[in-house]
Amino acid sequence: MSDTLLQARQIYKAFGGVQAVTGVDLAIQRGEIFALIGPNGAGKTTTFNVISGTHALDQGEVIFDGHAIHGQAAHRIAALGLVRTFQNLQIFGTLTVLENVMVGRHMHTRTGFVTAALRWPGVRAEERETRARAQAYLKVVGLDGRADEPAGSLPFGQQRLLEIARALAAEPKLLMLDEPAAGLTRPEIDALNSLIRRIQAEGVTIVLVEHDMNLVMGLANRVAVLHYGRKLADGTPAEVQADERVIGAYLGVGWDAAPAYA
Amino acid sequence: MKTVAPAQWAGLGLVIALAVIPLLVRNNYQIFILILIAVDTILTVGLSLVMGYAGQVSLGHATFFGVGAYATALLSARFGWPPALALPAAAGLTALAGYLLGVPIFRLRGHYLAMATLGLNVIFILILKNEAEVTGGPSGFTDIPPLALGGLTFDSDVKMYYLVWAVTLGVLWLSLNVVNSRVGRALRAIHASEVAAEALGVDANAYKLKVFAMAAGFAGLAGGLYAQAIHFISPSSFDVLVSIELVTMAAVGGLASVWGSIFGAATVVLLAQFIRDRMGVLLAGASGEQEIIVFGLLLVVIMVFLPEGLTVGGLRVLRAWPITRRLRAARDQT
Ligand SMILES: Nc1ncnc2c1ncn2[C@@H]1O[C@H](COP(=O)(O)OP(=O)(O)OP(=O)(O)O)[C@@H](O)[C@H]1O
Ligand SMILES: [Mg+2]
Repeated sequence: MSDTLLQARQIYKAFGGVQAVTGVDLAIQRGEIFALIGPNGAGKTTTFNVISGTHALDQGEVIFDGHAIHGQAAHRIAALGLVRTFQNLQIFGTLTVLENVMVGRHMHTRTGFVTAALRWPGVRAEERETRARAQAYLKVVGLDGRADEPAGSLPFGQQRLLEIARALAAEPKLLMLDEPAAGLTRPEIDALNSLIRRIQAEGVTIVLVEHDMNLVMGLANRVAVLHYGRKLADGTPAEVQADERVIGAYLGVGWDAAPAYA
Repeated sequence: MKTVAPAQWAGLGLVIALAVIPLLVRNNYQIFILILIAVDTILTVGLSLVMGYAGQVSLGHATFFGVGAYATALLSARFGWPPALALPAAAGLTALAGYLLGVPIFRLRGHYLAMATLGLNVIFILILKNEAEVTGGPSGFTDIPPLALGGLTFDSDVKMYYLVWAVTLGVLWLSLNVVNSRVGRALRAIHASEVAAEALGVDANAYKLKVFAMAAGFAGLAGGLYAQAIHFISPSSFDVLVSIELVTMAAVGGLASVWGSIFGAATVVLLAQFIRDRMGVLLAGASGEQEIIVFGLLLVVIMVFLPEGLTVGGLRVLRAWPITRRLRAARDQT
């Protein structure tokens, strides 16, 4: 088993005339927290989309845990253990909070049309177990008190937490978080910080897209910087912060005095 | 778990009511209307699984109703199969047809999907009308034998009533089980956010195909029962106008509501009957069109004001009504 969990080589994605991702290489090591940063429109979300199969990539290859996943459907990639959240929340708003997390258990449960329709033996037991496990994941993010509310009625910050709980319920090897702190209050961000550490401690590898530099530099083992769809630099947080090009393109001078989200 | 008991009571009440109705209603025509409501309930449940739960528009559901009806007719009247065998075989064939047709259809989304299903229905009617040697053409297919099980032949309206409603309750039970399961959650998840469902490992396309096949199978069953109940079928019973009526039933019943299907089917069947009986006098010379105008309007009004359907949406509006709110507040204080 190699130490590299995800390897992306020369990935490209264009939307019409807009070259969103241009020849990006990434290598994510098992167990690390890897941050992807860069200005708005740099191609971070697009990189997530093409790696996770949400969008098809134009060129390049992606190897995840020994499998070539480029060109595969998103649900197949998820089944291999790569699960992502969405910057523009994709909560199942008409389902309850608990049901959202239960959908996260989809890959680890089996009930199908026929067994469900006929209430086959075992269906109810599986349902009960799914419910219990989902409840436990809600507890991890502190939403267990709101299990039966419609997910769409949760405040924004809690919807972000729910997306994380739902992704965790899928028991990913690699968890990709797209701006989990966006729109969160300072105390919520602090809670998120410790949550992400706990997830890493459980052995889950994490790729994080984030604009909150305090959060990123505190959490990440390594950082890559995207700029106009290209990778500008990568390395440890200290190396990246010292990089002249990165400072010029994104961080500016004294970034730590002005976090992106108050 | 608290909500289970009232639903079970309601289910029991329904079964009892359905069992005694034929004892009270001696008029064969009214029994026949009740058979139609059952057939339409089966159709509507399937459609609501596809539209209300999975969120996939189908404007061609009457196609599968027709496939089931004609398959039952052909198998039993032409090929001499026992009707009791022709019916489930037809339902199975229709489910298969739904699955296979779904493969190209579900490459499409939204308005394109709506147009494709509508087009499917149009083509189906053309085939029925033109392949007269097989289908009987525009004038239809006659002498469809009634269902017989053992020594019991379902040759009267009352017998057929019991059979069709028993099947309908079975279909409702199967549907409720699916809806309240991992599968039902996956369908609703696809409806709410297909990308998120896929990102959690839900094979959205497979689920769409399967739920479409299930709905088609139900429609095939409804078609077979319909053919065996009236012994005569013709293309006009399965055309696009019928598909629109079915969408109206699903919308009236609350798109994502299994029980609502009975309510939707009953409302639309009775309303159609009323229009046929009374409005013909008002609008002399008009035939089928006035119905579709009324249902079209009804559909638009529901979609605009109560997008969750008349039952679910109506309950929500009722709860939000100032008077109900005050009443509830008063009740909660005591
Ligand atoms: N679905 C799409 N259709 C068309 N253009 C897109 C699409 N998604 C992204 N783009 C374009 O691709 C470029 C990269 O966008 P992307 O969302 O990947 O940036 P980002 O780094 O995630 O930015 P942000 O920090 O604002 O989230 C932008 O120019 C964007 O407008
Ligand atoms: Mg983004």
